[in-house]
Amino acid sequence: MRNKDKRDNRSDLDSNIDPVVKYADPTRGLDPQQQSRRDFLEGSGAAVVAGAGISALGISTAQAQSSNSAARTAISVTVNGIQHSLEVEDRWTLAELLRDELDLTGTKIGCNRSECGACTVIMDGQPIYSCSQLAVWANGANIQTVEGLAVNGELNPVQEAFVANNGPQCGFCTPGQLMTATALLNNNPSPTTDEVKDAMVGNLCRCSNYNSIVEAVVMAGEQGGVA
Amino acid sequence: MKSLTNINATSFNQAAVAAQQASDQGQSVAFSGGGTDLLQQVKDGTDAADVIINLRSVPDGRIIESNGAGVSIGGLVTLTELSEDPLVISGLAAIAQAAGSVGTPQIRNVGTLAGNVTQRPWCWYYRNGFNCFKAGGEECFSVNGENGQHAIFGGGPSYIVHPSDVAPALVAFDAVFQVTGPNGDREVSAEDFFLLPITNPVRENSLAESELLTGVRIPNVSANTVSTYHKVMDREAWTHAEIGVATVIQRDGNSVQDAKVILAGVAPIPWRVQAVEDFLIGKQISAAVAQEAGEIGIQDSQPLSNNAHKLPMTSAAIERAILSLAAG
Repeated sequence: MRNKDKRDNRSDLDSNIDPVVKYADPTRGLDPQQQSRRDFLEGSGAAVVAGAGISALGISTAQAQSSNSAARTAISVTVNGIQHSLEVEDRWTLAELLRDELDLTGTKIGCNRSECGACTVIMDGQPIYSCSQLAVWANGANIQTVEGLAVNGELNPVQEAFVANNGPQCGFCTPGQLMTATALLNNNPSPTTDEVKDAMVGNLCRCSNYNSIVEAVVMAGEQGGVA
Repeated sequence: MKSLTNINATSFNQAAVAAQQASDQGQSVAFSGGGTDLLQQVKDGTDAADVIINLRSVPDGRIIESNGAGVSIGGLVTLTELSEDPLVISGLAAIAQAAGSVGTPQIRNVGTLAGNVTQRPWCWYYRNGFNCFKAGGEECFSVNGENGQHAIFGGGPSYIVHPSDVAPALVAFDAVFQVTGPNGDREVSAEDFFLLPITNPVRENSLAESELLTGVRIPNVSANTVSTYHKVMDREAWTHAEIGVATVIQRDGNSVQDAKVILAGVAPIPWRVQAVEDFLIGKQISAAVAQEAGEIGIQDSQPLSNNAHKLPMTSAAIERAILSLAAG
């Protein structure tokens, strides 16, 4: 199910191997071109703890808990313009489907309880919390994730504005922030500061970088929105 | 998440029948509108759902329409749709404002009218797995515990506050709730839909097992009706009401002909303050009248050890809600 080739070709924070690990022993060093941190954890570290039913990050995953008796349903979803027909366990969330099955790990699971917004994706034009929707409910839906924002390697205007305004600090909330902001600009191409605040109230930033984020979205609007 | 089976309902009646069948087989069943809060409860273990019946696959449950008798709102209408509907904004402003005050855009984009009205309490004991009345136990831990956000009206033996913003607005407009069960449909007034814990300490409303709320009907309102939902939170956004005030007034100029004042966040059900309504009728809306109405509004309150702060907040919220409805 996992498409390693696709992931290895993707520019991803995961390839930013901790330099301490990377350079500690050059003869055994990890080559970020060949193995990402996630690959490393999934390939070795995670195998140790999989028996305990949790992943290396302490987040329970659909795979870790799956059993043969679990109810499964065939669905069809369009993600970033690509239609996928696949069978999902009824208990999988949409976030789990995107991350664990479609390998779109840009969508983050923060609180996993519809409070923080890191998992925000655009479903049929509206931002939603993908951690709090069952994948089976997304049957027939058109979904856009953060991986779908850049076109041919060109960042979309919201991403550009985030770079220009230092929108990301630790970066974990950024994919969700970008999706909510993009949905806003799709409907309201040049929002005011207050409109941006209202629209993005459901995306928390633990680094508390709200001013920069709001300024970035306002700037993206002033520069022509996402059209 | 625990193992569960999803059923996509094809009609409300089919959903009710499927719920009863699964229930008869000893399975725990939950209906799902938007599903946001339900999935939290399943993940937390405070809802043991083996079967989730998805209602969003029901056609025709997501319509707002006006006819000779009033406005009908389908139970599957999302809170975003409710808050942006021109018909609701113009004639039923308190409902639109209440819907728009819930949670976050992401929640309102999937959250439904019926789901908001029937959501379980957000008492921290219940939500954290304490075996309280709401979980089927025999105790309310808030009585001798942390009760800063608990009831100042109508409490006992459970002291939860009803979590819905939309419900008080529906009660204020004399809405009629439409309920479907395995054996057919029934209607119940919004005011009678909600049950105090003295009547039923486990559930917040009169829905029987395998029954579900499918929509609401709002009777016609007269042309001189104005309304508002005034919500006070303990932070700027993204939380439940510390106090909410749904106010519907019929007025001639500033003279009040009729009034409904229903509170959120202060009682186990949407709480009607009839003394305020009676006081307002025949009065001219003014700063003094609004202030006195606010004082009358807390006359029958029974605060717990840590929630007396809600008293002046309730008075102020009532006062502001009424003043905001003054003419011109």
